[in-house]
Amino acid sequence: MTEPATKTMNMIEAINSALDVMLAKDPEVVIMGEDVGYFGGVFRATAGLQKKHGKTRVFDTPISECGIIGVGVGMAAYGLRPVPEIQFADYIYPGLDQLVSEAARMRYRSANDFICPMTVRSPFGGGIFGGQTHSQSPESLFTHVCGIKTVIPATPYDAKGLLIAAIEDNDPVVFFEPKRIYNGPFSGYYDRPVEPWSKHDGSAVPEGYYRIDLGKAAVVREGQAVTVLTYGTMVHVVKAVVAEHGIDAEIIDLRTLLPLDIETIEASVKKTGRCMVVHEATRTSGFGAELAAQVQERCFYHLEAPIERVTGFDTPYPHSLEWAYFPGPVRLARAFDKIMKD
Amino acid sequence: MVHGIKDNLAPLHLHVPEPKFRPGDKADFSDIIVPEVDAITRPDEHASPADIHALAYGLVRVLGDDNQAVGSWNPGLDADTLRAMLRKMLLLRAFDDRMFRAQRQGKTSFYMKSFGEEATSVATTMALHSDDMCFPSYRQQGILITRDYPLVDMMNQIYSNSGDRLKGRQLPIMYSAKDYGFFSISGNLTTQYPQAVGWAMASASRADTRISAVWCGDGSTAEGDFHSALTFAAVYNAPVIFQVVNNQWAISSFSGFAGSERTTFAARAIGYGIAGLRVDGNDALAVFAAMQWAANRARTNGGPTLIEYFTYRGEGHSTSDDPGAYRAAEEYALWPLGDPVTRLKDHLIAIGAWSDEQHEALILELSDFVKASQKEAEQKGILGHGLHHPMETMFEDVFEEMPWHLKEQCEQMLEEQRDKFGPEWEAR
Repeated sequence: MTEPATKTMNMIEAINSALDVMLAKDPEVVIMGEDVGYFGGVFRATAGLQKKHGKTRVFDTPISECGIIGVGVGMAAYGLRPVPEIQFADYIYPGLDQLVSEAARMRYRSANDFICPMTVRSPFGGGIFGGQTHSQSPESLFTHVCGIKTVIPATPYDAKGLLIAAIEDNDPVVFFEPKRIYNGPFSGYYDRPVEPWSKHDGSAVPEGYYRIDLGKAAVVREGQAVTVLTYGTMVHVVKAVVAEHGIDAEIIDLRTLLPLDIETIEASVKKTGRCMVVHEATRTSGFGAELAAQVQERCFYHLEAPIERVTGFDTPYPHSLEWAYFPGPVRLARAFDKIMKD
Repeated sequence: MVHGIKDNLAPLHLHVPEPKFRPGDKADFSDIIVPEVDAITRPDEHASPADIHALAYGLVRVLGDDNQAVGSWNPGLDADTLRAMLRKMLLLRAFDDRMFRAQRQGKTSFYMKSFGEEATSVATTMALHSDDMCFPSYRQQGILITRDYPLVDMMNQIYSNSGDRLKGRQLPIMYSAKDYGFFSISGNLTTQYPQAVGWAMASASRADTRISAVWCGDGSTAEGDFHSALTFAAVYNAPVIFQVVNNQWAISSFSGFAGSERTTFAARAIGYGIAGLRVDGNDALAVFAAMQWAANRARTNGGPTLIEYFTYRGEGHSTSDDPGAYRAAEEYALWPLGDPVTRLKDHLIAIGAWSDEQHEALILELSDFVKASQKEAEQKGILGHGLHHPMETMFEDVFEEMPWHLKEQCEQMLEEQRDKFGPEWEAR
């Protein structure tokens, strides 16, 4: 058996490839969103797709997130498999009613009469000087809603395989793309040169079809001293900090927040006896709170120290003080010191 | 005064709309203009929206004061079709009466009647093809009745009993019937508007021949979804028919809180550059004619139409409110456009195709049919009397495959039932 052809891709190219593969494979897949057609998206994720697959498969929309998602629900009811893009996660709120009350409940409320196989893609997270309306991480709003799956990749390879699995999933998926790492992984040191994806293992991406099942975490670094549960941009920041300080941490990239891979989490925490949860989103009622609760319910008698949460602060994402807000190397190092002390 | 008046400017004041009549007032609708039949004649189905603005402010009518069907909008339906239409409207009325009473008898939690608005769901559906997709609001049970959906299945849903196709998950009347071209009803208003546009866009993009039709009320035109939907439909020339059932009341708020003091709901179409028709919603033939015009237009790539049915909500919003607490008591009796069932009946009699005796006999026949259906449905249970779907179904269909956390919660719920009812519950 020959290895499938792989190519070095950054995360945008991998997402573009996933969309291209699915448009070719499944005639029911349609892509829509603000600027996604002729122009190819403000982050270029849909570049070339309209030209290749036609205007009825890939098209621009009015600036109306309620309309984009609502129209997607209707298309899904017809039998299509819409993949709308919301230009920034910060813009998703006008579409929330359509996602929360409609897409998420369609299968349940109609007892399988209608379903909503729709994948809403949206760039999220900060670290790009986007200010409070281009930097948010609203994932816990969606994990709190029953009937939606929430997926966040951390490498080009995962982004493509997860996005294909999301599009093939028969339930609505919110697919958040950490835009700080579109072009390269991020160490957390914003004043150092950006490392390109080509120097990272996760950038070798098969050109054809493959999928990574939703609901499966990845252990990105094995270790014995402490388990770190994280996702998205923070996977890479944690890896850099752990390497810098020589901490024998086991780093778990959750990849899918819901359904959560509880088995991988439980096994790791029982092994290390310590658990830190890390996300960029605001702290209070963030997904870290759910992770901490799950871990203490299952692993309380294995824990040797309180669970640590390393997160963004409970403020809007500030523009000039972005790096004081961001849960970067200093905040992480202090948390490691604390959790390893006992 | 919090702030002093500056520069001798007159103070601003806030306008809060108030309906003309409240409980205790004598309603007077003499200011409602009812134009002559054919005051504006029927335009070509491919007329430019810009050329038919007047139709958004007029009132399409077919049935004249002498109960004859006249004018350019007259759809020319034969007597059999007219009798079928009357039959459906009467069946809907009988069904509503019975189910309203069932709620009062404690057999279910909730019901909503469509009394006075029957034409807007029955005549409209008759003007569509049977496989066109309907996106109803909560008061269009007439669509299902017109498409011969089994009454027993509707009742099973209302009772949330063991026969409920929706497994007891939805508030009564929030039906879903894909096989009958009837979309799942949401309690969140006007969400179906962009969905109907998406369905229509999908149909057009697949070179299908089916169109979609969507209903909402006057009050819920204020939702953002309404405007998103009209924008999308206009942009993509979607084969969709938007309908606003302007029944004057949104629970206790009169239509002025959706903007009716300034303009008509049909006139919303003008800003979007799509066709808009304002129709006598209690004239079943005018309702049919308007829908037929819009459906022909949509099906031949003429694009979307917004139709306002000017009608009146003859009863309360639902079983949960008393209209006597917020509006004048005799408004419906004084409504200048009459009652849709009576008007259709009078028309059939006027053309010699019906009689009072036949009418009374039909009402009895339909009442018996509804009663028999109710008896059958109640064999599968009424709300809160044990005959429901198995407990585990609560956790099904959240996702296609049940994830671990729902399996855990399902097990917890079953253990709670064992604690509550003892081991014999297990054996059941």
